[in-house]
Amino acid sequence: MSGEANVRTLTVDGEEISARADQTILEAAREHNVGIPTLCHLEGLSEVGACRLCLVEVKGARRLLPACVTRVEEGMEVTTHSPKIDRYRTMILELFFAERNHICSICVANGNCELQSLALTLGMTHVEIPYQYPQLPVDASHPRFTVDHNRCVLCTRCVRVCSEIEGANTWGVMGRGAQSLVITDLKEPWGDSETCTSCGKCVQVCPTGALFEKSSVGSKVRKHPEFLPYLRIMREEDQA
Amino acid sequence: MPRTIVIDPVTRLEGHGKITLQLDDSGVVQDATFHVTQLRGFEKFCEGRPFYEMPNITARICGICPVSHLVASSKACDAILAVKIPPVAADLRRIMNLAQLVQSHALSFFYLSSPDLLLGMDAPAEERSILHVAHTHPSIGADGVALRQFGQRIIELLAGRRIHPGWTVPGGVNEPLSAEKRDQILGMIPAARAAIQRTLGWFKGAIEKFSAEIEVFANFPTLFMGLVDEHGLAEYYDGSLRIIDSEGNVIAGELNPAHYAEFIGEAVEPYTYMKFPYYKPLGYPGGTYRVGPLARLNLADRCNTPLADVEWREFRAMSPKPVLSSFHYHYARLIEMLNATETIELLLADKAILDKHVRATASVNNLEGVGVAEAPRGTLIHHYKVDENGLITWANLVIATGHNNAAMNRGILQTARHYVQGEHVAEGMLNRVEAVVRTFDPCLSCSTHAMGRMPLAVELRAPDGSLIREVRRG
Repeated sequence: MSGEANVRTLTVDGEEISARADQTILEAAREHNVGIPTLCHLEGLSEVGACRLCLVEVKGARRLLPACVTRVEEGMEVTTHSPKIDRYRTMILELFFAERNHICSICVANGNCELQSLALTLGMTHVEIPYQYPQLPVDASHPRFTVDHNRCVLCTRCVRVCSEIEGANTWGVMGRGAQSLVITDLKEPWGDSETCTSCGKCVQVCPTGALFEKSSVGSKVRKHPEFLPYLRIMREEDQA
Repeated sequence: MPRTIVIDPVTRLEGHGKITLQLDDSGVVQDATFHVTQLRGFEKFCEGRPFYEMPNITARICGICPVSHLVASSKACDAILAVKIPPVAADLRRIMNLAQLVQSHALSFFYLSSPDLLLGMDAPAEERSILHVAHTHPSIGADGVALRQFGQRIIELLAGRRIHPGWTVPGGVNEPLSAEKRDQILGMIPAARAAIQRTLGWFKGAIEKFSAEIEVFANFPTLFMGLVDEHGLAEYYDGSLRIIDSEGNVIAGELNPAHYAEFIGEAVEPYTYMKFPYYKPLGYPGGTYRVGPLARLNLADRCNTPLADVEWREFRAMSPKPVLSSFHYHYARLIEMLNATETIELLLADKAILDKHVRATASVNNLEGVGVAEAPRGTLIHHYKVDENGLITWANLVIATGHNNAAMNRGILQTARHYVQGEHVAEGMLNRVEAVVRTFDPCLSCSTHAMGRMPLAVELRAPDGSLIREVRRG
């Protein structure tokens, strides 16, 4: 395939842009400084389309499509912001907040939480959906880290980074729907996991306070998910 | 016909409470009860949380004295880690605790009680507020605001924010003090001290006007409890507990605060969510004791700083025995504020206060920990049990206000019997009943945490207010 055939031209919010054929709407939009909110997406990890915050309108499509897993197509007309999309996104956020116990004031991630900042930037002022207040466990068996399922949004970043970058495959998901839980090994306590290398990448990529370092409680510790693309590049160079 | 007077809500105190006065046929007060009608439940819902979150969670008990909970909770967590925290961390916590004491005492004295003290107990209700004081006594109002700001600003400089700072952590504090911030705090001290001395000046001059109130504002013999250091001097962060009787005899000294359960029991009454701690060897209610500024100045051998010691001697000279009237909580508060500014200055004068090693780290080494410190209102106890991973399995919080509960109830009865009588009860008389509660500066929102089957009373009354039927459970 020639280089030219690899290029697709599409419009995003009325502006014509070009993108490589293997790019997603999200990648193409961000390359052209069009902001689309995301939560489960993280540069350096594969896409799963779990959170649905990146939903966009594509002319001709009967439903909203997740920008992170939808490839660009020639002539595609994409709308990233509209009253309908904003309403959907706010509702999705409300569902996140209602589904588990997100108590920002006492959370280790308060002030450095992607869910919290999305709520602020997308203008989520109320949660109209009844809170579920599930009784979820906290696993503090690992010497350095804790997982608090009350704050987990099931983005699976921990699962992906553990598999794709660290190669340990410690994290997985059990259960279905809102009852799903991220688990270590076959639901062993994290501290008993034989596969966990204690590298801490899962903690660094977790967007909320679900995974945190015990020593960071009470500190204004920022997580550093931005290391991932560099790590990936270095790995690829090593292998080459 | 017997009559009930209900004061609801009791104003100018922290949290929500009400007072019920029971009058007999001739209008004489037979009984008085102080109801704390809210339930916070922290002891229960903390279960399952990692212990290192406890300072942050329990600080949310109160917006006035979050630092007190942070300090007591962090100390309980230190005990679970089984570490000796770096000395500089202990001193930094001390400074924050004292800054908190100043701002909280300023709130109690100026914002809540100065309207009674400056405008009189019988002043029109709509005028009894700090805003009116700022109008009628602008320099006093300004001193109150400045002293509260002084305490809050120190907390902010140390911990990054004024309310609910997260700086105090298990094992110490999470950031050392910079020389620049130290100098800023030192620079604020002279003005704050001058404001306190001005306040002491006018307050001491005004005491005479309140001789009637002093006589009946919870003026009776009780025990007193508080922390003292190894030399028997007033202590707010560490040390051992001392209990004296109303004659001034030390009936229990050098008590290890971690063993509080051996000598403190908690009774319950059906009309309130707040418990009634008592000194176990004397039982309930014989073992009623008071804590807080009055207790601390009564039981300590002295304050440990020069200016405060001069004031302390004058204070104690009022009585050959411990000062028994709770009205003098106000007086004691001012002396404690003076002591706090001096102690903060002394601690900051030591170069070691800038030491960078401010936190000890460890994992769970004890499955149980007790942390005790002096909050503005008195001795504050946090007691946690954890599993091997550090998740809370049980928590007990004995709040300063709770210790004073029995004395507050008796004080209300004493004041009400003196001032409330007959068919016509003037508003100013009822204000005195509230004012006796204010002397203790209770924090009701801090004080109720137990969960479970709480006593409940349902009263059925006729339109004329007479009681037809009463159902009680618990």
